Amino acid sequence: MLTCGELHLRAALFRAIRGHFVSQQFLEVDTPIRQSVIIPEANIVPLRAEEEFLQTSPELYMKRLLASGSPKIFQLCRCFRKEEMGRRHLQEFTMLEWYRQGGDYLDLMEDCCRLVRYCIEEICTTGSRRDGELIPLREKTGAALAIPWQKVTVADAFARWSPLELERCLAEDLFDEMLVEHVEPHLGVDVPCFLYDYPGSMASLARKKEGDDGVAERFELYWQGIELANGFSELTDTDEQRRRFEGELAVIRRQRGEEWTMPERFLQDLGQLQECAGIAFGVDRFFMLLLAKDDINDAVPFGRDDL
Amino acid sequence: MGAAAPEKLFKHQQPALPDYTETGMYSASDLRKGLKIQIDNEPYILTEFEFSKPGKGQALYRCKMRNMITGNQFTQTYRSNDKFEKPALEERKMQYLYNQGDEYHFMDTESYDQLFITSDHLGDNVNFMVDNMDIQVLFFDDKPIDVSLPIFVNLEVTKADPWVKGDTSGSDTKPVTVQTGYELQVPPFVEEGDKIQIDTRTGQYVTRVKE
Repeated sequence: MLTCGELHLRAALFRAIRGHFVSQQFLEVDTPIRQSVIIPEANIVPLRAEEEFLQTSPELYMKRLLASGSPKIFQLCRCFRKEEMGRRHLQEFTMLEWYRQGGDYLDLMEDCCRLVRYCIEEICTTGSRRDGELIPLREKTGAALAIPWQKVTVADAFARWSPLELERCLAEDLFDEMLVEHVEPHLGVDVPCFLYDYPGSMASLARKKEGDDGVAERFELYWQGIELANGFSELTDTDEQRRRFEGELAVIRRQRGEEWTMPERFLQDLGQLQECAGIAFGVDRFFMLLLAKDDINDAVPFGRDDL
Repeated sequence: MGAAAPEKLFKHQQPALPDYTETGMYSASDLRKGLKIQIDNEPYILTEFEFSKPGKGQALYRCKMRNMITGNQFTQTYRSNDKFEKPALEERKMQYLYNQGDEYHFMDTESYDQLFITSDHLGDNVNFMVDNMDIQVLFFDDKPIDVSLPIFVNLEVTKADPWVKGDTSGSDTKPVTVQTGYELQVPPFVEEGDKIQIDTRTGQYVTRVKE
């Protein structure tokens, strides 16, 4: 459980996040937590709520709001993912997502940099003084205030740290193992690091790079070896997105024996979208790093053993 | 009505996942520190466990395991669809009878069956085992693989240097030997013939026992 002081700090973090986005002319939105149709992603298992699901991410609804004309939106909300439990995972966790029209994944990287530095300055130096608590500005936390941050492509990172070539990792389905075991520990050791340009087969809802179908405009933000955010230039090609969803639906059918619904209304709205970009940022993990804790359960008001 | 309505039967004939609790299997989500699983017909205990899941990637279950027979350690990463056999482990209460060289003889206190375990399987435990002591013996496939002793045992001191009053060496412990041949450091007032309590987890002196 968080101490009273830590609760104040957590509140200060939420305040800083909101303050930052409002100052950048983002609109705070809220979308349904219980959803009958969710993004088909074979690697994410949702929790069920009667006949519906608890959201694994607000992505579908936020993009629909974007399509309806809001240029810059953000949301702080709870997401749920079944069986994700560990030192870095909670089944119920706090997600920050933001979307912007007319930008790409490079703009999101700059957003990340500004957001993180703003939050650290607010709650490690001045912002939460009114609560009588400050997070001590530790060496590692302070490092994030320096710019520029690191950037490394997935191809370069694997060439440097993975014992197995990227092509073989992909062909033999060992990408995740090699990433976790050999690459992640090197990412964002001092200043935070962007791992970017993911293989096309891991594009998810990201756009492929112009002129290079093998690479998706997707990145992950790492700090101290821990993944904090996943962002991309959004795919706005309805046909392509439908094909990717069909692939995921087939895997879900095969692996879990479940028949899920194609997000038709989302695909319909996706056709209205111009160039845009969006990102999901794990707030509990960020707070864990600010508190210099090693277990995410120690960074939320009620951890695994407190329930 | 005798039989259930046919359409009802049909509705329930969905591809059911096998019930691994019935088949005696663990799934990856059961993995955690301390769990015992079977690999290649040998029992392993998880000494470290870490769940990870890179963004948009698969759930990975990284396990550090110790072979419960050989003590060998290794690390392996599993995925969510991996399944694990439960090892046929059984703990029985047994009485330690005596040893003949390397062979340590035990008797099952319920069935009165007798068996022996060789000293290389017992390790440091032999330092604290005295005749007629009750000991938990762990069996794998009916073969004894490990013993767990009581946390505290009382052993007789068989060899100790006398306590010299006015010893100015400043040392606050001295070495003694107990009935099993085990040597340890104790406070200077402990004498030959005393019974002392030893913590079997650390092998250290706890207190002198008054009979």
